[in-house]
Amino acid sequence: MTESVAIAERLSASSKQCLGVRGLSKFFGDFAANRDVTLSIDAGEIHALLGENGAGKSTLVKMIYGILKPDAGSMELLASSYSPNNPSDAKSAGVGMVFQHFAVFDALTVLENIALGLEGRFPDEALAAEILEVCERYRLHVELDRRIHDLGAGERQRVEIIRVLMQDPRLLILDEPTSVLTPQETEQLFTTLDRLSDEGRSIIYISHKLDEVRALCDRATLMRAGQVVDVVDPRQESTRSLGEKMIGERLNETKRTQVTEAHSQKARFTVRVGDVYPESTRNVVLTDVYLSVAPGSILGISGVSGNGQDTLFDALTGELTLPNPDSMVLDGEPLAHLDVEQRRLRGLLGAPENRLGHAAIPDLTLWENVILTARHTRGILKNNHLISGTSAKEFAEEVIATFDVRTPSVNAKASSLSGGNLQKFLIGRELLGNPKVFIVSNPTWGVDAKAQLFIHQMLLKLADQGASIILISQDIDELLSVTDRICAICHGRLSRTFSTEEMTPEHLGALMLGQEIDS
Amino acid sequence: MIMIEARAVTRWYHEWIAVFIALLLTAATVSVLLASLGLDPISSLQRIFIRPLNSVYGVSELLAKATPLITIGVALALGFRAGVWNIGAEGQLVMGGLCGGAVALAFWNIDGFWVMPLILLGGTLGGLAWGAIPAFLKVRFNANEILVSLMLTYVAILLLSVMVHGPLRDPTGFNFPESRLFHDAATLPKLFSAGRGHLGFVFALIFAVLGTWVVKRWHLGFEMRVTGLSTSAAKFAGYNRDRTVWMALLIGGGMSGFAGVVEVTGNIGQLVPNISPSYGFTAIIVAFLARLHPLAVIPAGLLVALSYLAGEAAQLSLGIPAASTQVFQGLLLFFLLGTSLLVNYRIRFGRVA
Repeated sequence: MTESVAIAERLSASSKQCLGVRGLSKFFGDFAANRDVTLSIDAGEIHALLGENGAGKSTLVKMIYGILKPDAGSMELLASSYSPNNPSDAKSAGVGMVFQHFAVFDALTVLENIALGLEGRFPDEALAAEILEVCERYRLHVELDRRIHDLGAGERQRVEIIRVLMQDPRLLILDEPTSVLTPQETEQLFTTLDRLSDEGRSIIYISHKLDEVRALCDRATLMRAGQVVDVVDPRQESTRSLGEKMIGERLNETKRTQVTEAHSQKARFTVRVGDVYPESTRNVVLTDVYLSVAPGSILGISGVSGNGQDTLFDALTGELTLPNPDSMVLDGEPLAHLDVEQRRLRGLLGAPENRLGHAAIPDLTLWENVILTARHTRGILKNNHLISGTSAKEFAEEVIATFDVRTPSVNAKASSLSGGNLQKFLIGRELLGNPKVFIVSNPTWGVDAKAQLFIHQMLLKLADQGASIILISQDIDELLSVTDRICAICHGRLSRTFSTEEMTPEHLGALMLGQEIDS
Repeated sequence: MIMIEARAVTRWYHEWIAVFIALLLTAATVSVLLASLGLDPISSLQRIFIRPLNSVYGVSELLAKATPLITIGVALALGFRAGVWNIGAEGQLVMGGLCGGAVALAFWNIDGFWVMPLILLGGTLGGLAWGAIPAFLKVRFNANEILVSLMLTYVAILLLSVMVHGPLRDPTGFNFPESRLFHDAATLPKLFSAGRGHLGFVFALIFAVLGTWVVKRWHLGFEMRVTGLSTSAAKFAGYNRDRTVWMALLIGGGMSGFAGVVEVTGNIGQLVPNISPSYGFTAIIVAFLARLHPLAVIPAGLLVALSYLAGEAAQLSLGIPAASTQVFQGLLLFFLLGTSLLVNYRIRFGRVA
């Protein structure tokens, strides 16, 4: 091969390839977070990085963005060798990243925040004009003089995206960008991303929402246990086949079967209350809460985080007691004035969103964590005062065996379990107590796809056994596939309740944004 | 480059290795200090730390000093586990001594087996009442128990002084600020023929065993521990924070009061203006030295008691001021806190990855 041919080949490659990654590996001690990862991203391509939690997606993009240094392998950006020592190298080479957790200052304005991300720039008129131009071009609407703490999650994310776009990146990395967005906001984001790709910019899109990946991305790299297992065209795949490739085994369909005739449709648990004031002024006040659940039925409550879900959960489980006993009735018995323990004894159990620090104590062992909520069952507490370690351990063993919790022993600390395993343990802990009413908040948040499926099946089985379930969640797919009836919470108010069969994602999105909720 | 990184796995014995390292570092630093004074470190260390234990008298003295440290240390370990920071055990001890002493003086000329239990009860209640004040203020007004209990210590010390200078002064004592001597029925029996070691030490051992049982088996102990680890998990479990605050301060107050009355009836035999060389504060070191394990409070209490004897020995045989006790204790606490970092983190030498 003559030299000129080689150059021509390289040029043609460079016009096509944006980022090339060859044989990248990263070890933490003995653990291979990435092993021999090879991938190529074309100019203008929207490339999905798919995988369960812990599959190595974050490690890979951290190496691309210069936060971590690879132990082996090489990278090529725009046809020249690329090995960033830090994010600032990456930025100047044309790589930008939008993180899952926003790095913005709450007390500063949008303009000031953007100026802070740009070296040597000040929040002056000239910068404002440039920003507005970028906003115009990509249809990103944001008001520059508003302070970040007044903005919702979607708007904050736009600020981050604008900040990155101001650096004119060739490659943009987005880490789970839609986890905090409503369907409408997601649509807007996709429009922006399409436009960026039309301009020839490349995008790495990390997600585990398979539907989105199919709608948006040109190609998808699937990762499992730190390695690339497949590169596919997501448009040629079904959500199911993608999911199976991602987890490496066949999934059982999670679908709500019709509520069996045996269970009466009559409400067993009703809540009817005017205002609910949380203990902390940081939580949202609830207004006019009315809801009811029949035995064997699952009620979903959707909503963007921070709209009163915490207060609602506390009020339902009894961490927050209400003055009027009749505002909450279970099987004819008023219990709004009762505390957590008393409600638990009457069959109302719960599993909060925050696993470590609320549902469980990270530094205590699994069997000790059993005592927290299950102490009144199976003789764990003798004479109301003495703890029987043996009974608590047996209980923990049973939870582990029944719900397929992967852990070395009941003596493992709660913090040592993965998110999915801990959640299976914590929900299992309540299910062994045979709840009549089960309140659960974001049960699959930060949980891998397989555990997610398992948890959904746990809930469905519980409902089939005749329990009433209230599922508070931000995950629309979860709500639509698991629940029987559904409503939304916005600014502390509940929408009307609809049958899930009649519900569309668009309609639910509108409800989440507070439309149709009369105030 | 030296880096500190989190350990992937923490094992139970790491805590005790850290304690051991702290003891070594303390001994090393004391050696350096002694050498800088022109003394031979090895023989001096032997003279101040080993020789005091060479006789029945020495051991007996050690037990006498360890008694209040262990009694209070166990109570503080329970309270600190619950995240309730009772810093005023010294004041609760003084109130226990004062109230128990007052009962003893009320029966100064009466013999009877029932006198002693009554005195112990009086002292315990005195400390309990003093512990109840910060508990009430915390529960009712969310007042900081650290400040309230600490300030009440000085109130208690002054109150004792007023009582000993006034109402409780010995009528036949030539106006010295001392009470009458207690009746024999109002003093605790000695354990040995020499020294001041008394029955109170046996009580202290029983408390340490009881404390362990409370931590391991009693639901209330678990409840207190959970509350100390995470208030929101405690709330979800249905545990009441106020109950934990009350329990922690009442146990702390009651047991410190008991330690106080045991000190005056077992050791001093009368009320004087100064009944404690800061046992209540030193017990905080003891509790942490024991890593808040009630049973481990026994060796920790003995060790710290030794530092008191060592201070006296340093003064007697080396001519170093008795304030060296505080130096020993200060160094020990300093190294303990420093090495506790090693339980959850490790130091790595090398280049940045």
